[in-house]
Amino acid sequence: MGATHKEVLFGLYDDEEILLKAVQQAKDEHLDIMDVYTPFPVHGLDPILGLSESRLHIAGFIYGALGTLTAFLFMTWVFTRDWPIIFGGKPYWSVPAFIPITFELTVLFASIGMVVSFYTVCGMAPGKVIPTLDDRITDDKFCIAFNTNDSEESEVEKIKKFLSASGASEVNTKVI
Amino acid sequence: MSAVVSHIREPLVEGGKTYHQITEDLVSPTERTPTTAWVIAFLVAVTGLALYVFCVAWTIWEGIGSWDLNRTIGWSWDITNFVWWVGIGHAGTLISAILLLFRQRWRTGVNRAAEAMTIFAVICAGQFPLIHMGRLWLAIFIFPYPNTRGPLWVNFNSPLLWDVFAISTYFTVSLLFWYTGLVPDFATVRDRAKGLRRKIYNFLSFGWTGSAKHWQRWESLSLVLAGLATPLVLSVHTIVSFDFATSVIPGWHTTIFPPYFVAGAIFSGFAMVLTLMIITRKVLNLEQYITIGHIESMNKVILLTGTIVGIAYLTELFIAWYSGYIYEQFAFYNRVLGPYWWSYVGMMSCNVLSPQLFWSKKLRRSIFVTFFMSIFINIGMWFERFVIIATTLARDYLPSSWSYYVPTWVEIGLFIGSLGLFFTLYLIFVRVAPVVAVAEVKSILKVAGDQYAGENAKNAHAHAEHH
Repeated sequence: MGATHKEVLFGLYDDEEILLKAVQQAKDEHLDIMDVYTPFPVHGLDPILGLSESRLHIAGFIYGALGTLTAFLFMTWVFTRDWPIIFGGKPYWSVPAFIPITFELTVLFASIGMVVSFYTVCGMAPGKVIPTLDDRITDDKFCIAFNTNDSEESEVEKIKKFLSASGASEVNTKVI
Repeated sequence: MSAVVSHIREPLVEGGKTYHQITEDLVSPTERTPTTAWVIAFLVAVTGLALYVFCVAWTIWEGIGSWDLNRTIGWSWDITNFVWWVGIGHAGTLISAILLLFRQRWRTGVNRAAEAMTIFAVICAGQFPLIHMGRLWLAIFIFPYPNTRGPLWVNFNSPLLWDVFAISTYFTVSLLFWYTGLVPDFATVRDRAKGLRRKIYNFLSFGWTGSAKHWQRWESLSLVLAGLATPLVLSVHTIVSFDFATSVIPGWHTTIFPPYFVAGAIFSGFAMVLTLMIITRKVLNLEQYITIGHIESMNKVILLTGTIVGIAYLTELFIAWYSGYIYEQFAFYNRVLGPYWWSYVGMMSCNVLSPQLFWSKKLRRSIFVTFFMSIFINIGMWFERFVIIATTLARDYLPSSWSYYVPTWVEIGLFIGSLGLFFTLYLIFVRVAPVVAVAEVKSILKVAGDQYAGENAKNAHAHAEHH
C-alpha cells in the first residue's frame, strides 16, 4: 500500500449469499468497488466482480518447461560432452535413465516458481504488514470496500445508502 | 452455492456450526495454555528425540561398525526405516492433492494434519540414508555441484541418485503446498491475537488480507500444485522401489515393485493418519470436524490399498514359481519359510488379513477397532520393508556368505528415536497452527455441513420442515 493513505468506506456482511447479491447490486448501480474481502474463497464472486481468470497456471507451465530443459540438457551435456562415462554398457546418451530426474525438476521448478510468483503478485512477503479493515474479516465477516479519497460528499452518501440497503450489518470508515 | 440438504450423505461438519464457531473451535487450541496431557506427551517425545540424537552421534563417532550390518547384509533397519517413513509420508499429499482433484470434500477435515504428518515423516525418512553413509560430512557428494575433482559429476543413471532428487523435490513441494494452505489460517490467528503474538502471526501470514483477487490466485495455485503433486507422489515411491527393482538381486528384481510400493505407501500413510487423527480429535475436541464419516472414508481407502498389497504379495509368489527360475524360487521360499519366517507372518497377518475386517461397516465406523487396526498396519508395513530388504540379502547366491542379522541397541535406538523426532514435531505443530484447515472448512460448510446460514438455507430448512 505504501505511503499513500486511503480513506476507505466499507460494509460488513454476515453471509456470503447476501454479499453476492450486494456486489451484484453495486455493479448494477455502477459503484466503483475497491475490493472485496472474505474469510474463505467465495465461489461465484469473480464473474460478478469482473475479475479475469488468474494467469498463474501459465507461469507455472513456463517454469515447468524451464525445469524440464534444465535437467535434460544438463544431464545430456555432462554425459556426452563434459565427462562421458559408460555405465553398464549403455550408450552415453541414455535417455530413459534421465526421465526420473527430468520429471522431478519439472515439478520442482513449476512449484517453486508458482509459489514465488503468487506472493510477488499479491504483494505478500514474510513479515510484511498490510493494514486490514477489520479483524473479523478473517473470521466471519464479508466486506465490500470503497475508496472514498477523492469522492464528493454526495457520492459517499450514495455508497453509505447502498451498503445499508443491501444488507450490511455494519458500515465503517477507516484510513489505511 | 445452493444449500440443498442431502438425505443420503452425512454432513461433514456436525453440531450446527456458524462461521465464528468454526474459528473459535479450530483456533482456540493454539491460544490455550498446554494441557497436562500435551506436556506429558511432549516430554516423552523429546526424550525419544534425545535418544535419537545420542544414537546418531554414537553412529557417526563410532562408525557403522556399531550396527550389525555385515558384508552380506548391507542394508537393514536403516533402509527399512527410510522406506517406512517415506511410505507414511505419502498419505498427506494423497489426501490433499488427489482428493482435491477428485473433489472429495471430506478431505478438508483431515488434510492439514495429514500434510503436516507427511512433512515430518519425510524429515525422518531423509535422515536414514544420510546416517547410513557413515561419513555424514561427505553427504554433499550426493548433489551435482561444480567441484575441483574434474568436475566429477554424480551418476545420473543411478536410482539412488533419482531418490535424492525425488525425496528432496517431494519435501519441498509438500512444504510449499502445506504452507500456502496455512497462510490464510495464520491470518485468522493473527487477527484474534494481540501484542507479540500478533506480530509473530503477521510474520507467518505474509500479510494476508483475504482480498477476492488473492483468493482467486490462491485457489488457482492450490489446484495446480495439487495437479503437480499427484504424479509427484506416485513418482516418489516408484523411484524408491527402483532402488530395489533395478538391481539384480532375486526377490528385488521385479516389475511389480512400483505399483506395489505406491499402494503400500498409501496404505501405511492412511494408517498413520488415522492413528494421529483419532488421538488429535479426542484431545482437541474436534469430533464434529473429524467425524466418524471421515474415519470410515479413510478405512475404505485402507481396505482397498491393503487388498492391492495382498494381491501383490500373492502375485510375487506365483510369478516366482511360474518363472521356473530357481534363484527367484529360492528367494521366495526363503522369505516364507527361511530364518526370518516370523517377519513374513507378521507382514501377512497385519497387512493382508486384518484389514479385511473393514468389509464390515460396523467395524469401519468403530473408533476402537480403527485405532488398533492403524497400529497393526504400521507394524505390518514395517515388517514388509524388513522382509524385502534384510531377508532377501541374508541368503544371496553364495551359501558361504549367508548370514543372519540382529539389530544392535544403536539401531533400535535410532528407530525409536525417529518416532520421538516425528512426535516432537507433530506436537509442536498442534500448538502453533490450526490442526484443521479453517478457511477450507468454512468454504464447505454450506454445501456439506448440517448448518446453513443465509436466505436460501432458511428456505431449505423451512422446506425440510414441511416434509
